[in-house]
Amino acid sequence: MRQRSLIAITAALAAGALTLTACGSRDEDGGSSNGGGGITVTIGVDAPLTGDLSALGLGIKNSVDLAAKTANKEKYVEGVTFKIEALDDQAQPSAGQQNATKFVADKEVLGVVGPLNSSVAESMQKVFDDAKLVEVSPANTNPALTQGPDWQTSKARTYKSYFRTATTDAIQGPFAAQYVYNDAKKKKVFVIDDKKTYGAGLAATFSAEFEKLGGEIVGTEHIDPETKDFSAVATKVKSSGADVVYYGGEYPQAGPLSKQIKAAGAKIPLVGGDGIYSADFIKLAGASGTGDLATSVGAPVEDLPSAKEFVANYEAAGYKEAYEAYGGYSYDSAWAIIEAVKSVVEGNDGKLPDDARAKVTEAMQGVSFDGVTGKVSFDEFGDATNKQLTVYSVENGAWNAAKSGTYTG
Amino acid sequence: MNELPQQLVNGLLLGSMYGLVAIGYTMVYGIVQLINFAHGEIFMVGGFGALTIYLYVLPDGTNIWVALPLMLIGGIIVAVLVAVGAERFAYRPLRTAPRLAPLITAIGLSLALQQAVWAWYPDARSAITFPQIHGGPFEIGSVTIQTGDVFLLVAAPISMAILAYFVMKTRTGRGMQATAQDPDTAKLMGINTDRIIVVAFALGATFAAIGAVAYGLKYGEVQFRMGFILGLKAFTAAVLGGIGNIYGAMLGGVVLGVAEALSTAYISEIPGMEQFGSQSWANVWAFVLLILVLLFRPQGLLGERVADRA
Repeated sequence: MRQRSLIAITAALAAGALTLTACGSRDEDGGSSNGGGGITVTIGVDAPLTGDLSALGLGIKNSVDLAAKTANKEKYVEGVTFKIEALDDQAQPSAGQQNATKFVADKEVLGVVGPLNSSVAESMQKVFDDAKLVEVSPANTNPALTQGPDWQTSKARTYKSYFRTATTDAIQGPFAAQYVYNDAKKKKVFVIDDKKTYGAGLAATFSAEFEKLGGEIVGTEHIDPETKDFSAVATKVKSSGADVVYYGGEYPQAGPLSKQIKAAGAKIPLVGGDGIYSADFIKLAGASGTGDLATSVGAPVEDLPSAKEFVANYEAAGYKEAYEAYGGYSYDSAWAIIEAVKSVVEGNDGKLPDDARAKVTEAMQGVSFDGVTGKVSFDEFGDATNKQLTVYSVENGAWNAAKSGTYTG
Repeated sequence: MNELPQQLVNGLLLGSMYGLVAIGYTMVYGIVQLINFAHGEIFMVGGFGALTIYLYVLPDGTNIWVALPLMLIGGIIVAVLVAVGAERFAYRPLRTAPRLAPLITAIGLSLALQQAVWAWYPDARSAITFPQIHGGPFEIGSVTIQTGDVFLLVAAPISMAILAYFVMKTRTGRGMQATAQDPDTAKLMGINTDRIIVVAFALGATFAAIGAVAYGLKYGEVQFRMGFILGLKAFTAAVLGGIGNIYGAMLGGVVLGVAEALSTAYISEIPGMEQFGSQSWANVWAFVLLILVLLFRPQGLLGERVADRA
């Protein structure tokens, strides 16, 4: 009798847990309508839709959805209806790889936008490349993804099916270093990272440039992104005498870190990359976050004439979440796929060829159009040719553009 | 600047929070020999309970000093209800089952609670900001204490004192001690052991909820995953201090917290150890400490060596 109730309860709990997970994933399916007849092309979206980084992930998903809806409304590709399918990678490489496998198995998927995290991209690249399925990331900034592991010495493209609309950390880190040293006049930096592909890479490129300029690195730390208690690190920052902190990582840790450093008595700004450029950073850092800086790829979306329409359409579409740091890039990534599909379909008498995936990947290399974030095209490594960056600072509870420019080595 | 006093305070604060949560592990284990792995999630729902009072019950802009006691009560009620419900429906039916069964149930329950908050609590899919006590930090010599941490500094010792009084002086408390020593004989002596077990779960949940409010005030946010790592740390603290011993839980928590702060601050200064000293290694050093203690004192710091029960 006892044994039976044990089994019953364990089964009930397991079923309960599974049902709950299922409840959560139900609303992650794509929202685009699937009418219109003709050919249906699915654009996959892989991003963290839940968890700490979901603010950025949902912004990506909504922006891709908007691109698909716009293409359908304008009948941009004759006879083709676009829909999206969004999968949640929870910022975990293993989940990203499973999602990639799922996309490859779905024959309607001709391109995928995502992921957010460089470490997740690493786990997905080969899966997509083997299937010749094109992947366009709006957010990955680790240089090794396009230029190979030895990018500092010899650049070599590893995966032909991987593209990105964001610039790389090889540009972003040094750009931040130049701003901090030349414009903000900070000479002593404490460098912290989260040991992840993105964070550690960014911190390394920042440090190299900062030292080259003549700045001093007075301390380094690696934090555990699973914890919230950075008081010991904050105390080290205070006693190091640094006048600025550089953090390579993302806003769920950067926010509390900034707050705890200031609380420890070190009234110095925290500087980070695009991973902290989110409204959630300001929420987590609290009032003391004023003056913190972030670099992000491209010019501020709101300021670009090409982006006005995107911002207006995004608002009109009534999405619950903001488009966040990568909205414009996500829209452009999706649009690049749409352009590639268009050229393939038009070159094949309005039908999809049998090897549509390979053809789309091939067409992607030649895509060139005026997007939300400016001119969108890709170089021989699959990197965006648009190398613009912007420094933002936190003022009055919002990110304000401080300086826009292009990094020149 | 000499940072040692500040690092000790950092560790003490972190450790006090571990200790508050560890009490729940240790009391439940002491009485029913069950490691309640869902306790971290009981801590988490306590935090959300307190937040709910602030966001949805009290009028906007309520003074934090008025809100805080009500939030504490709300957090405690939610945590106790969940803990007692878990005991009644998930653990009691398995009380005579092999020990592994309730352990697995606890892990399942832990996931179910996390997912429930994730799925049904508004905006809980990312961190939610927790109300803060305003006012500048306190400076004592070279040590800075945050306003939010004052709550923890006051709550932890008071909680311990009340708990000690309860266990040592009240009828129910003595019933708990008797049940912990030998449940069958306690039952024969007329102690309602079922009731005692419920009280143990409820008390553990109460302290977890106090810990969760302290967490919210300290870090300014709560999220659905906050109980997982903290629960593991609190469990470690309970084992370190001697599982089953309530003073041990607090001591274990403090030792663990101080070990984490000091390892972050000083290990990288030892020649040859530079790469092992950052905060990302703090957990490793905490567990090295645990293993060392268990090697030389398997019963934990304050635990008593007891013969296996027949």
